[in-house]
Amino acid sequence: MTTTPVGVAPAPDTVDPAGPDAALIRDMVRIRCVEEELCDRYRDDQEMRTPTHFSIGQEATAVGVCAATGPDDLVFTGHRSHAPYLAKGGDLRAMVAELYGREAGCARGRGGSIHLIDRAAGFAGSAAILGEMIPVGVGAGWSAALRGRSSVALTFFGDGATEEGVFHESINFAQVHRVPVVFVCENNLYSISSPLRQRQPAGSTITDRVAAYGLWARSVDGNDVYAVRAAARAAVARCREGAGPAFLELHTYRWREHVGPGWDHDHGYRAKEEIDDWIARCPIRRATDAIRDAEPRVDDWVRQWEQRYREEARAAVRFARAAAWPSVANLLDGAYETVGR
Amino acid sequence: MRELTYWQAISEATMQCMADDPSVLVLGEGVDDHKGTFGTTKAAYERYGAARVVDVPNSENACAGIAIGAAANGLRPLVVHTRADFMFLALDVMVNLAAKWRYMYGDQGGVPVVTRGVVGRGWGQGATHSQSPHATFAHYAGLYVATPASPADAKGLLVTALRGDTPVVLIENRNLYPLTGPVPEEPEPVPFGVGRIARAGDDVTVVAASLMVHEAERAAEQLAARGISVEVVDVRSIRPLDERIICESVARTGRLVVADTSWARYGLAAEVAAVVAENVPETLRAPVRRVALPDSPAPVSWPLEEAFHPGADAVVEACLALVGDDRGSLPRLSSVAAEFHGPY
Ligand SMILES: Cc1ncc(C[n+]2csc(CCOP(=O)(O)OP(=O)(O)O)c2C)c(N)n1
Repeated sequence: MTTTPVGVAPAPDTVDPAGPDAALIRDMVRIRCVEEELCDRYRDDQEMRTPTHFSIGQEATAVGVCAATGPDDLVFTGHRSHAPYLAKGGDLRAMVAELYGREAGCARGRGGSIHLIDRAAGFAGSAAILGEMIPVGVGAGWSAALRGRSSVALTFFGDGATEEGVFHESINFAQVHRVPVVFVCENNLYSISSPLRQRQPAGSTITDRVAAYGLWARSVDGNDVYAVRAAARAAVARCREGAGPAFLELHTYRWREHVGPGWDHDHGYRAKEEIDDWIARCPIRRATDAIRDAEPRVDDWVRQWEQRYREEARAAVRFARAAAWPSVANLLDGAYETVGR
Repeated sequence: MRELTYWQAISEATMQCMADDPSVLVLGEGVDDHKGTFGTTKAAYERYGAARVVDVPNSENACAGIAIGAAANGLRPLVVHTRADFMFLALDVMVNLAAKWRYMYGDQGGVPVVTRGVVGRGWGQGATHSQSPHATFAHYAGLYVATPASPADAKGLLVTALRGDTPVVLIENRNLYPLTGPVPEEPEPVPFGVGRIARAGDDVTVVAASLMVHEAERAAEQLAARGISVEVVDVRSIRPLDERIICESVARTGRLVVADTSWARYGLAAEVAAVVAENVPETLRAPVRRVALPDSPAPVSWPLEEAFHPGADAVVEACLALVGDDRGSLPRLSSVAAEFHGPY
């Protein structure tokens, strides 16, 4: 099976079956298929023993942003890591093997779902203590600038992470030092079960607050993959030109529970109608609707992609389950550097 | 006496202290949600509502400082963290202010902030969501740190904390929440610095905290069948530490195992060994053994995680080594936490 690595801005002639706009749909379908398959396996088999935060419903943010990046740009994320990892071109089988705790995992089974990494793809790491990858993104971008490289760092986080002091400290530093970093806030309205209005003041938005530091900051419909890509291209271009950091607030919504594969309308913190409303604004459906006039065959493609990527996901699960466990004899390996290696 | 689970005991202590003292309030991320911090804050939220059980923004550093300010001005905040790992974001104010407030302002009053942190393994919680940082906090003079193992102590130590004038850190292992035990109905305080003999014995002393008390008791049970009599000392609080109960026990048995859910180096296990070395070194008939975490971060992968977290079996091994016996036909014990079933 040949698939163009997603997010690596595929050259038009390698995009199957047509054009960069359809490719964004394809990439979202792929992530959706993978995550739905993983949800089912997670729930039914109980073999992935790692707390897992799915991005189902939020695919347009990862895909739209990563489509604006190049292979040398680095992406960092928080705990909701799968979609940006895959969108940046992270190896699927290594990700699934990581969830299964296998040696073939992208972190050799040590890190789990929240500690994904694929350095070759420019997915530079995810971590789950809220906010901690925000300054790390700044540091990576700053390093590129100090070393005279043109690459850009991007750091993904949720609305909840903007409540941490380190978010504001990082924004401040990045602006003072004109760091080529794009702050990507996926605002999905909730922090676990706490609604945004209970955590942040009414009357101003996250974008307003960031803009007050003087950053180029945009508030974007995060379920419109084309709008996300356009904003991300502008942000990345500014960074490359040395115009300083950029901030994107992408409005989106998580369909499933905060952590784990289930639905959660019965948890009492959000209404089923609200979830249904957002499902009606599915980013894949919206993108498909948007290009149908220009690409009348898009629905057929989506059906084909769904088949292809379901099978790819299942194959990745088969690969992971057949892969070797780490050896207990190597438990301590990696706590420190191995001298002389 | 009626029995409660560990989480119910914490909930009851919270409710009773809030009823007795209107200055007590609960702060924490998600304390008001349907899970209610493993059930421990649910009843308080239902009874007292958002005015006294406050869902806070994801701002651990600020919230710890805010709790200190509130305590300096008449309130008794009970700050709750669903993972103690998040307390590292609050470390500055907890260590540089709360711990030192009374002393560095010339003993004119303390800041009675009580902080509860949940620790322990679940399923692949991994490097940053299953650490037990009790020793980190206990290192600094000015804080009390307790690690209750039983429902009665979970209640009694929280009551003491919410009535005292010293900032307190309470570390709760999540695998203890479903365990049941007798709990007094009244809010009876359990003092800090007073350990407890969880099981009497003559041959080996196992000093343990929190979950490891239960693992040690299970180990003792198995070793009893072999004719090895193990005494289990539950320290209850690690600062202040009941040095006397430790030294008296070791003086009788002549052998010491220390069992902890954190790392051995610079931790509780090191401290207990030092206390014995300083006070009753001549009574030791064998070197001290520490049952603790291997020197790496916590792995996610199942077989590595199983090998990483010590349980009853590791205590059995250590005791056998001290009495110069070998395992023979003794079956391997699984750990209490191994019975945890997902999905998180
Ligand atoms: C410092 C810290 N505090 C609390 C948590 C627990 N926690 C994990 S995810 C989460 C919600 C974060 O919400 P948001 O940043 O909006 O991201 P989302 O889950 O919605 O994608 C919280 C509170 C944590 N991991 N780290």
